[in-house]
Amino acid sequence: MRHAERLTHASPARASAWRRCRLLVVALGFLGGVVTSPLSASTADHTKFEELEGPFETGQEVTEACLSCHTEAAAQLMQTPHWTWEYEDPVKGEPLGKKTMLNAFCIGHQSNEAFCAACHAGYGWEDDSFDFTAERNVDCLVCHSAEDYVKPFGLAGHPAYERTEYPPDSGNFYEPTDLVAAARSVGVSSREACGSCHFYGGGGDGVKHGDLDSSLVDPSEALDVHMASDGLNFSCAECHETRDHKVPGSRLSMTASDAHGPIMRGRKDDRNPASCQACHGEQPHDGDLLHSERLNHHAHTLACQTCHIPTFARGGVPTRMAWDWSQATQLDADGNPFKLKNDQGHLTYDSRKGRFEPQENVVPDYQWFDGSVDYIQPDATVTPGETFYVNRFRGTPGSADARIWPVKNFSGRQPYDTENGNLVVMQVGIPNDTSLWFNFDFAKAIQAGMAATDRPFSGQFDFVDTRMTWPITHMVAPAEDALACADCHRPSGRLDEVPGIWLPGRDSNPWVDRIGFGLAGLMLLGSAAHAGTRLITRKRRKGATHD
Amino acid sequence: MTKRIYLFTRFERFWHWSQAALVLILMFSGLAIHGSHSLLEFQAAVEVHEIAAWLLIGLWIFAIFWHFTTGQWKHYIPTLRNIDRMVRYYSYGMFTGAKHPYKITVERKHNPLQRLAYLVIKLLINPLIWISGLIYLFWGSLQGLTPGFLGLQQVAVAHTLGAFLMLAFVIIHVYLATVGHTPLEKIKAMITGWENEH
Repeated sequence: MRHAERLTHASPARASAWRRCRLLVVALGFLGGVVTSPLSASTADHTKFEELEGPFETGQEVTEACLSCHTEAAAQLMQTPHWTWEYEDPVKGEPLGKKTMLNAFCIGHQSNEAFCAACHAGYGWEDDSFDFTAERNVDCLVCHSAEDYVKPFGLAGHPAYERTEYPPDSGNFYEPTDLVAAARSVGVSSREACGSCHFYGGGGDGVKHGDLDSSLVDPSEALDVHMASDGLNFSCAECHETRDHKVPGSRLSMTASDAHGPIMRGRKDDRNPASCQACHGEQPHDGDLLHSERLNHHAHTLACQTCHIPTFARGGVPTRMAWDWSQATQLDADGNPFKLKNDQGHLTYDSRKGRFEPQENVVPDYQWFDGSVDYIQPDATVTPGETFYVNRFRGTPGSADARIWPVKNFSGRQPYDTENGNLVVMQVGIPNDTSLWFNFDFAKAIQAGMAATDRPFSGQFDFVDTRMTWPITHMVAPAEDALACADCHRPSGRLDEVPGIWLPGRDSNPWVDRIGFGLAGLMLLGSAAHAGTRLITRKRRKGATHD
Repeated sequence: MTKRIYLFTRFERFWHWSQAALVLILMFSGLAIHGSHSLLEFQAAVEVHEIAAWLLIGLWIFAIFWHFTTGQWKHYIPTLRNIDRMVRYYSYGMFTGAKHPYKITVERKHNPLQRLAYLVIKLLINPLIWISGLIYLFWGSLQGLTPGFLGLQQVAVAHTLGAFLMLAFVIIHVYLATVGHTPLEKIKAMITGWENEH
């Protein structure tokens, strides 16, 4: 149904009437549920399946049980970036995806596979020997289990099957996962399941994206009008409508402008179902004689997100706006690594990682964006002393396929090879003698990281300022919290720096203003002079008056 | 005893004063939109500006109809005759107590300077403001239909230019309203319709 009708922004009065109506529907539904038997939306109760009774020794055994019914599921998943960590740049044809890409946060997974594979939809990716063709290596549970299914760092994508001390001799233990309970709880992916990786990118809650963090597991309406637990309660897949395990709406190449009506149910086309317009159409504003048309016309220039996501990291979880690796490896007086927090209790320093800048309620930057993103390849050349852009959003100001988008601009400072002139990957997370977090030696960590990528390392390194841009598209606020006109239509407003637009209230022609006010001033002066002369000559005229 | 003539009919007075109020409202809200002052918040300024603009358009439709049905448009036919005497009077004669060179009658109620000024307003400044303003207002719908050289910037600058010319006119007009026999004489005439004949 959501594809068949155009969703519109109701007025507050209408919205509240709608809420009341919805409450009634929910209440009637509840009564109906009491009278008849409670039915789940699914036609299969996985707790009743013999195949899932276990016991299971490993995750792979669970997958084999899943595949005994869902025969094509693994083959489907194996076509997708959730499995391959590969993606081809549609503009340049270059390979992208986590397998090769570098970023400005934890830089790269190469040589850290056993650590990073905690977020791979598979079991056992530890090094190059991982078999990407074995269906039993697919991890169904990480996306589909409703139980507390945890893939801890360092176990190459496996959950803990028994109580495991990690890193060895650290006194830190992973508790075992109940595979049978996890297997019997499967269903459609919850926000929590998707979020178990996507909320924690960059090594912590909210670190990378800024518009995705654990506050979206149980969000209020003010935080996310679509996902609000006590409101529409959308799952991720409500927008990222998944077919054949392909999840649309990747940040690697986005739909920045979607000047179409809502997607009609059943219509076969290539449109991205995760765009706002896919449901709301291109003329979503109505009911306001003075402004609806104008707001709809604004959509020719602005992404919906620009007005409707006033700030990001709004849910109480900070996002990382800057990360300086060059400050890492400082140890306290006893030679031990340490951490520092700010007044809000947010991490600002970690000996393993460096200095951070955590921020909440961040006002986005704004820029033209046509949906395609230019990522550097790992061998791109660093110019010493210049900020190195790990990625750039493409988009020509004013062009029909671009819109002004809200973005998070992240500032990094990360190591590069001063002889070869390229960014480097470090081994950080594997408990051994070369990983940075265990020996605090950059040279060794870089050596190991570069060896894993088959690229040379000269032995000489320094740090360079880097920049990475992220789209802001989640945490859509209720309509009444959208930006006001004057947030942009004023001097030094939100779009102060954005080129390619004439913005009333921001822009004026200084010469027209000078001449115009000058002319008005001359008229005032002339009038004043004339009036003054009249006053002075009043007495003389009195005698000459003619009546 | 001064002779009085009925110069401004009821509709003309209504038109004049409601137009005056709307022009001032448009000037104030327009300068707020322009960013020249912040006494009115942007969205409120836009709303006020648009409502006032539509009211003024409505008023104009009635006024144009009135001008042509009553023949009042003839008062704006320009003439250069005696215009030099008008200029001399305002720049010199009125300070020495010279007699006003122009005799107002019902048939020709505006002196040659007034005729020229109002004609410029009606044929140049008003069309500049209205045409640029309507394009501005409907810019979103006109995208793709306007010629390539015409961006919102050009439309906005033309509109602002018109507004400044109107501002200059309003200042002079208001001042010259006080140069009658007494400072309030002309203003009273515009309120009551009755002008003293001297």
